[in-house]
Amino acid sequence: MRSTAALPWTLVALTASAALALLWLAPLLWAASTALRPEHETVSAVFHWLPQTWTLDAFAKVFAAGSLPRWLFNSALVALLVTMLTMAVSITAAYAFSQMTFRGKRWLFALSMIAFMLPFESLIVPLFRLMNQLRLIDTYAGIVLPQLVSPVTIYVFKQFFDAVPGDFRDAAVMDGASPWQVLRYVYLPVSGNIVWAMSIVVFIGAWNNFLWPFIVITSSEMMTIPLGLTQTQDAFGVRYAQMMAAALLGGTPVALAYVLFQRRVTEGMLAATGLKG
Amino acid sequence: MTGKAAPGQASRRGASGAGAAFLMLAPFLFVFVLFFLAPALQTFIMSLTESSLTRTNAFIGLANYATLMHDPAFWNSLRHTLYFAVLTVMPLAVLGLVMAMLVDHFQRGRSLLQASFFLPFVLPVSVMTLIVDWMLHPAFGLVNHIVGGERAWLADRDWAMPAVALGTIWWTVGFNMLLFLAALRNIPADLYEAATLDGANRLQLFRHITWPALRPTFGMALILQLIASFKIFGQTYILTGGGPFNTTRVTLHYMYETAFVQSDAGYAAAIAMAFVVVVTCLSLSQIGIMNWLGRRGG
Repeated sequence: MRSTAALPWTLVALTASAALALLWLAPLLWAASTALRPEHETVSAVFHWLPQTWTLDAFAKVFAAGSLPRWLFNSALVALLVTMLTMAVSITAAYAFSQMTFRGKRWLFALSMIAFMLPFESLIVPLFRLMNQLRLIDTYAGIVLPQLVSPVTIYVFKQFFDAVPGDFRDAAVMDGASPWQVLRYVYLPVSGNIVWAMSIVVFIGAWNNFLWPFIVITSSEMMTIPLGLTQTQDAFGVRYAQMMAAALLGGTPVALAYVLFQRRVTEGMLAATGLKG
Repeated sequence: MTGKAAPGQASRRGASGAGAAFLMLAPFLFVFVLFFLAPALQTFIMSLTESSLTRTNAFIGLANYATLMHDPAFWNSLRHTLYFAVLTVMPLAVLGLVMAMLVDHFQRGRSLLQASFFLPFVLPVSVMTLIVDWMLHPAFGLVNHIVGGERAWLADRDWAMPAVALGTIWWTVGFNMLLFLAALRNIPADLYEAATLDGANRLQLFRHITWPALRPTFGMALILQLIASFKIFGQTYILTGGGPFNTTRVTLHYMYETAFVQSDAGYAAAIAMAFVVVVTCLSLSQIGIMNWLGRRGG
């Protein structure tokens, strides 16, 4: 009974899935199909789904033009710095909030979580003035520093540390371990998965951040990928194959991070909503 | 304290704990106070002044807010933001739910399906805008090839915002799908089995098991999405520059222009405060409505 009743639904689901998946991949496939053509084919009066001549010319040209490798380097450096520093800053803070006793802990934690609610966008004007006073406009430090405030990461790690049985900690403390040693040798070894998941999510977020770099960066040499790619017409002219090649190259590192670590990304993104800790 | 502390000493963590706790919190407190707390307070203070991007000129009380109340450019920007939210919030939640149910239906190929829906979400905004711009190119775009004609979607008064909204739905729906997938996995399989044995059909299963279990997630997705949609800036700024005829100039865009193009930082801070109030009110009221609906549905 069940299989005959389920069959039409499976067919419906199969058709809908195939159609939606194709629709969702179409813009990316079309971008790839454009990037792999010689430039004149992108503005041809006759429409073709696929390149008539397949070529990597556009990719070679955007690399040779110079700006793109620099933007890729800036993005990689900034995203790696933001990821490592955010992790260090947030994990130690989360450990203090979770496992240590000190006065004012509750309200300090509540205050930190307000940053969860307040849109970062509303801070950019005074933040720009501050960066200007600190002489950090158009510098790597200027891009990185404000991104290190990540209440979400603290929240996720605090939830995680809260759930670790206290026996191990107590045993280590009995043996005279300092809080740093307890964190290093008891809590971090059991946090491998969540550290990975959050690192990848923070990395993707930092790579993709648009608004803050847009405010704090003023020169083309300091631009990250999301910013640089808004300048493609200036950098490469109105050349559609090259623009698509640049777009695909700029998206590749994060797309790769997702495809390689699909489960971790999913896990981390969900944890970051505060729904699952 | 030498070498190993005696058990009795070690258990009194409170004494030496405060110093260690402060050290562990110090890096966070440093960036938090300097790059969050201080700017947050400064936004408020600055909104009461006449300031440029580099200096504060005069304290003017609530004058910026008085101006804001009667500033058609501000209200228009808010209207455009609201319009974008209307075009995106519900479609994103519903489509995300549909995609999650499709992915959840399959054993084989599910991660491939999930990846096709989610992949656009991990791309930077300017990759998305480059691709959407090219898809919508009046003469050589794929969209016009399929629908016919040579419409310049992003330069069209009526179509610019819907086009940005469609691009955004393509870009971000994967995140909503993820929320629903997690919720679907938490529904015990034996609920479905028992109901199927009782002769329930697919629609009944959805109405009586899936939907009641997913309703809190649906509310959560709507709230998260409403906030995210109100924060729109990059998509319209890059794709349309706020045009045509300012029809896609959203609130954050207006704030950005006021601060960084006109160097009227005090007024921009007032816009930022208004923006915070609007977003907070919207999410609070939405939480209220969801709770109310939840109680009624019981």
